[in-house]
Amino acid sequence: MAILIFLIVMAIILIAAAIYSIMQKDLLFAVLGTGVVSLVLSIFFYMLQAPDVAITEAAIGIALTTIIFIITIRNTTRDENKYNDDHINKFKTKKDA
Amino acid sequence: MLKKLIVFLLIATLGYTLAVTLSSIPIGKNRIGSIENPETVAAYYLDKSPNDLKVANTITAVVVNFRGFDTLGEVSVLFLAATGLASILYRKEEEEEEENIRHISHRLNLPSSSLVQTGAKILFPLIIVLGIYVFIHGHLTPGGGFQGGAIIATGFLLMLVSYKGFETNHKVMVWLESLAGLGFVGVGVFGLVKYGSFLQNTGWTGNLNDLISGGLIPLIYIFVGIKVATELTNILDILLNIKPRKK
Amino acid sequence: MMDFQTLFEQNIEIITIAVYGTAIALIVIGLYAVLMKKHLVKIVIGLSIMDAGIHLLFVAVGYISGGTAPIFSPGSENAATTMVDPVPQALVLTAIVIGFAVTALALSLVIRLYKHHHTANIDQLNSLKW
Repeated sequence: MAILIFLIVMAIILIAAAIYSIMQKDLLFAVLGTGVVSLVLSIFFYMLQAPDVAITEAAIGIALTTIIFIITIRNTTRDENKYNDDHINKFKTKKDA
Repeated sequence: MLKKLIVFLLIATLGYTLAVTLSSIPIGKNRIGSIENPETVAAYYLDKSPNDLKVANTITAVVVNFRGFDTLGEVSVLFLAATGLASILYRKEEEEEEENIRHISHRLNLPSSSLVQTGAKILFPLIIVLGIYVFIHGHLTPGGGFQGGAIIATGFLLMLVSYKGFETNHKVMVWLESLAGLGFVGVGVFGLVKYGSFLQNTGWTGNLNDLISGGLIPLIYIFVGIKVATELTNILDILLNIKPRKK
Repeated sequence: MMDFQTLFEQNIEIITIAVYGTAIALIVIGLYAVLMKKHLVKIVIGLSIMDAGIHLLFVAVGYISGGTAPIFSPGSENAATTMVDPVPQALVLTAIVIGFAVTALALSLVIRLYKHHHTANIDQLNSLKW
């Protein structure tokens, strides 16, 4: 019975983390949400008797994918709604001139 | 507004279709049949892997032996992705000077604390040894070339993040990657020449659950592990060092 | 203490909803992000969540109740009849690595677009629009 409750709690955490990472405006927290999705997903794979897939998901999904998202955010913007108008105007005038 | 409606309809249709399709596939039902009366190819794999190939981990047998050509293609895709990444992010020096990069916070360019640095220095060799263990024992325990390669890449990632000046030796990386890929193809050509089909396993396979068993399967998985480790480390190295090239 | 097989059969509806429902929910959430979000990084996040759902679906379809992982240990050489399906697991194993390569390539394109246009918002990347 305990394993059933554990499965349901894990499913709820997985869906909640996915929705959080979609709805969060701060992209850094959104990326950490995808890290939580990968972590819980690897527990799911272990419970479904797939230890190979669980190890792969743990190494690639949690560590490597999260870090390349963070590098991308470092090189772009962190705020989802930021439009960067001053940059755009500068870019346009430079091209027109 | 119309776009929202169309997207909602599309998502609802997709979810409904998936739910209806999956309701006819009951979870937990045995669909692979028995070994005497196989219904899918999985029964054949589960029979051949311990008895003919002497490989304890059936997934390794499927990935490396039964679908070995597929794995060769996949490793090539990984190599192409790393090459594409490098060519997309390559930039000339004068191009960089035109753009301002002030949006990159200066705090991120500071070195990490000595606590992190000392911990990384202690953990790095242990992570590398764990990765090598995982891909050498790929035919016995859960794990293999892909998992071991990814673990080694996380070890290099730890060093790249902790130390500002840490650089991987590009010459060694290029040679390791090329030799691993060449080794994989070489094993395939060996099977082609000796037994008549590409990536054919040898007749000698040893005993089940021995470290040296399974014919050429451990050798191929070691090559795959080295190749995946160097390629993933290359991708991380390129992404972490986005700056103009010094001439 | 109930044994696992009877527990599984008694609660099969709950388990089906918990596993298949989660997979469908992940696919739908990812597709929503890909179609509706404006920021390029959010779109790539949606792609990776969709990927995760598809991987979960594959592994769940190959599961057999009461089965063990398809690895033969010493003393259980004849356990092939109680093992889960190894083929979906092998496919997902390769799919995860390829998914990482695809994500890395997509994110490098995002970085390049941002460096060139100084924005990552798809409403402003309209130089090809007419």
